[in-house]
Order: sequence, then structure tokens, then C-alpha cells
Amino acid sequence: MLERRVAPSPFLAILSPVIAVALTILAGFALFAALGKDPVQAMEVYFLSPFADAYNRSELLVKAIPLALIGSGLAICFRAGVFNIGAPGQYTLGAIFAGGVALHAPEGAAMIWLLPACLVAGIVGGMLWGWIPAILRNLAGANVILVSLMLTYVAALLLDWLVRGPWADPLGRGFPKTATFPDGALMPNLVEGTRLHWGLILAVIAALVLAWMLFATRRGFGIRAMGLAPKAATFGGFSEAKTVTYVLLVSGGLAGLAGAVEATATIQQLQPDIAAGYGFAAIIVAFLGRLNPIGALIAALALAVTYIGGENAQILLKLPKNAAFVFQGMLLFFLLACDTLIHYRVRVRRRTGAA
Amino acid sequence: MEAFIVSMIIAATPLLLAATGEVVAERSGVLNLGLEGMMLLGAVAAFAVALSTGSTTLGFVAGAGAGMVAAALFALVALGFTANQAASGLALAIFGTGVSGLIGQGYVGSAIDPLAPVLAAESLPDNPALRVVLGQDAMVYFALLLAVGVWFYLTRTRSGLKLRAIGDDAESAHAVGLKVLGSRTAAVLFGGACAGLAGAYLSLAYTPLWGENMTAGRGWIALALVVFAGWGTIRVIFGAYLFAAASLSQFYGGALGLSIPSQFLAMTPYLATILALVVISAAGARRNAPAMLGLPFRPTR
Repeated sequence: MLERRVAPSPFLAILSPVIAVALTILAGFALFAALGKDPVQAMEVYFLSPFADAYNRSELLVKAIPLALIGSGLAICFRAGVFNIGAPGQYTLGAIFAGGVALHAPEGAAMIWLLPACLVAGIVGGMLWGWIPAILRNLAGANVILVSLMLTYVAALLLDWLVRGPWADPLGRGFPKTATFPDGALMPNLVEGTRLHWGLILAVIAALVLAWMLFATRRGFGIRAMGLAPKAATFGGFSEAKTVTYVLLVSGGLAGLAGAVEATATIQQLQPDIAAGYGFAAIIVAFLGRLNPIGALIAALALAVTYIGGENAQILLKLPKNAAFVFQGMLLFFLLACDTLIHYRVRVRRRTGAA
Repeated sequence: MEAFIVSMIIAATPLLLAATGEVVAERSGVLNLGLEGMMLLGAVAAFAVALSTGSTTLGFVAGAGAGMVAAALFALVALGFTANQAASGLALAIFGTGVSGLIGQGYVGSAIDPLAPVLAAESLPDNPALRVVLGQDAMVYFALLLAVGVWFYLTRTRSGLKLRAIGDDAESAHAVGLKVLGSRTAAVLFGGACAGLAGAYLSLAYTPLWGENMTAGRGWIALALVVFAGWGTIRVIFGAYLFAAASLSQFYGGALGLSIPSQFLAMTPYLATILALVVISAAGARRNAPAMLGLPFRPTR
């Protein structure tokens, strides 16, 4: 029997993600055994191989960068009770805008400005794509969840058309990709011999700024109030429409920045499968990080494990790429169930005859 | 023209099945965003069973069963643990995508005989309109009957009235002695079975193949369809056929000699969905939404 606590338990709010991760590993073990795959080997590949050597560990950080950028933006969005699940589309638009600037930069222009211009373009692209569901919601009352998700499919098709059509690499022999970006548009590496790049610094700065905005400014207070008690927030003078627009612009902009960072740092060109499912995984990052931008940094590392593990499993165990989603879905399920214990306590109640 | 209408009917059937189930779940006050996951699990289970037993009927049963199992998982988290319904549904969508990919790995490239029409082609009349009406497979008719049956249940029976009462005001329904959580769980399971059937239709009749992510967003479109139809099942029927026609324009646009890149034509179902959501929401259809849609309920006394 569940009984409501007088006040939410801060201790369990921190513990819940840890329990959820442990339960996910246990359930993954059972699931692989049930499907007739060697569970010990599978768990080793999924959860230990990402830590095995320096290269895997640096790749873990590389994967965590886009997840942290998108996840910390979504944390703000979900705090306000706005369910933006279109982050994959906003990410894709960011990559498209950054790629557009990189590919069309005039030769001989001051190269030092090219990368910043790409990143800003990415932010603008993501904000634009996040703005559409906000406008349609505020003007017509259209559902943010569904509009933002539909725009994801539109963005993916737009990218597909660009890399096969107008922006296709003339020397690409028909492969769907653009030319490699000019050197000035490439994100410099942070550590020699790895793919770890300056996006890491951007992700940390973004999380710190967002945390400050959320917890130390009036606007942040409005966002938190809107999520907890929309009516009270409205009476308190916070406009619901403005808050929705603001959080969608922030989370869209950060998803766009993540797309621009991936395009300029790790992929260095545009290709159709640029999104790699980061958008959905980032939703889990936001929840696992307790809808706190700093928490999202840590949670991004946890989700990055499923990516590296999933890639290794694809190579070593010949498992399909989507198998990583099994762990991501289970993690979110367990986390949501465990979170109930923050607000409720379990009480064993004996039924008496009178009851 | 005949070919267009037949393809429209076949494309509409999975949307209609999934949306009909979701109407029931949402009318009880539960928003299950996991349609995509339940459809994929239904599709892979149906394909696996049909391939190994040679029976499409057993395949559809397995598809519905898989959808229900997935829905039970959602019900446990969202209803049992009163978790955020939107997030739980999303977890189900992600989980279903992963598990179906894992199960279906060995079935990629296998083929089965597609679901046959109820009446053989040679026994059909010559009249083209009658040929279209009578020449479909059993699931096309089943989906229509199911939608009409659900309409009758929700609007003309005492039990359906109670279910809607639970969706509109769970506290009051609980106070007069209705079993809120039990009814909501049943509604979610029904929605899961319908989504499983919708997925099974894709892998047994529409393609008939298994491929990773083969639903291609149809679960999300079915969710939009429920809003578009203002939570009414008869309007869901019209909506499903309308959406199917809109999405087919991508194949017929090329045939009409339009020189639009295929990617832009492929955007039509998604853009049509957004347009429909905007028009319908602006017209105030959200007033029909169940009052407690998406809100958790935990009896306190």
C-alpha cells in the first residue's frame, strides 16, 4: 500500500537514480538470459567495456557531450511542465545550420570566426525549430508533444534532401554526405590522441549557466512555479505563454548547439544519420539528472555508457543497434517507479474486519 | 483510382486500430504515449509466430498479446506507481523499439504470405465500387467493426459511461464506488491489444515483412489522430482514412508528374498531422478532452 509522505524525501531523490541503474542491470541480465544470449558476456560488453581503456573512457566523454547539452536544456523545459520531445529535430536543425555556414563560408575569410559562427548558427537553427511548437501552442493550443515530434521527422527528411541534393559532395561518388567542413569550422581537440573536444567545456558552462538561471533568477523561479502549480504561477504574474516560449527556445537552442558541436567536432560533415538517437536518450538524461542542469551532466555519462556499450555489442556480439534502447527504456521505467518512493512510502497494512 | 482507394484502406487500417484503442485509454483518463513501442512489439511477435506456425490468425493473436504485455508494463509504472504518464509512455516507446529490434534480429529478410482477402478475386463482382468494398482482408472489416463497437460501448452502455466518468473526474467516480485503477488498467490493456494488432497488421498484411522501426512514426500519428478526432471513435474512422489518403500523396505525387523531391513528399503525413492539430485545436476540439487526461490518481480514503 502506498501512502503519501508529508514532504518529499530529499534522500530518496538522490538515491532513486542509483537504485534504477542497479535494477536496469539486473533486469538486463534476466532479459538477455530469457532471449537465449549469454547474459554475463552481454553485461560485460554493455557496462564494463566502456571503461576498459583510455580510448573507451575518452569516447564516453565524447558521447556524453551532446547528451549533456540537450539534457540540461530539457531539464529546464520539463521543470516548466512543457514536454518537448522534439529535441532530435532541433538537434538536426542545429547541425544543418552549422553545416550550412561551414560549407558556404567564403574562401579566405577570417577563419578564426568560422567555428563560432557555425555554433551560433546551430543555436539559431535549434531555437527556430523549438519556436514552432511554442507558436502553434500559444496561438492555437496545439499539443507541444505531438507537434515537436512531427517536426523531428520533417527535420530528418530535410537533412536527407540536403545531403543527397543541393549540398551533396560533388566528389562523394553518390554517397549521401556533404564535403568535409573547412579546417576553420572544425572544433579543436582537447586531449591529443583522442576525439575529446572543446564541446566538453561548452557543456559544463551551459549546465552552470542554466543552473544559475533556474535557481537564482526570477525567471527560473517562474519556470519552477509553472511546473509545480501553473495557476499559482499565473496569479503570481508569470505569463504561461511566455514561459512556454522561453523554455522551448532555451532547450531548442541547446539541442541545436549539440547538433552543431557534433557536426563540427566528431562527424565534420553532414550525413543523414547524424542524430544517433541522442534526442530521446537526452530525455532520460534530464529525468535521471533530477531535472537539474548539473545533474544532467552526471546523468549524461550514465547514458553514454549505454551508447559505447551498444556500439561494442554491435561489433562484438552482433546485436542490433537498437538493443541499446532496451536499457534506456528500462532505465526510465525503473527511475519513474523508484521516484514514486520520493513522494510515497510503502506501508504494509493489515486489513481488519471493520475496514 | 481503384488502386489508390485500396492502398488508402490498407494504410488506414493500422492507424484506425491503434487510435481506437488509444481513445478508450484516454477516455479513462490515461495518456499512453507508448503506441509506437506497443505497435513494434506487436509487429515482431506477430511476424515471429506467423512464420513459425504458418498461421496468420495465431500471428494476430500473438500481436495483440504482445501489445497487452507491453501495456501492462506501462500500467504498472504509470498507474501502480503513479508515475508521470507522458514519461512512462515515452519509456515504453523507447523500450519497445529496443526489445523488438532484439527479438526481430533473426527475422530480418524472412518473408511470409500476406494476409489474404476474405473473398477470392474471381468470386468478386465486376462493379469496381463493389470490388473495393468486398475485396479486403478480414482485419480491414474488423478494424471498422471495432471502432463502431467502441463508439457504442462508450456512448450507449452503462459501463462506457462509467469509464468516461472516471476519465473526467476520478475523485468523484471513486467516491461513488467506481473502481478507478481497475477500470483504467483494463482500458490501457485494451489499448495495448489494439496497438499490438495494428503492429501485427503492418508486419503480416501491409509489408508483409519485419524490419527494425517499421512503424515509422505511425504510433505517434495515431496519437495525433485521437486529438484530431476529438476523442470520438466515429471521427477516428474518418480521420484514419483522411490521414492515409494524405500520406499516400507522396507516392502519387510523383505519378502526377510533380517535380518535387521525394523527401518533401515524404514529409506530407507529418506536416498534415501538424496542420490537423493546429486547425482542430484552434477550433476548440480540446474541450472534448477527458478532464483528467494524464493526471495520476491515488485513492486517499
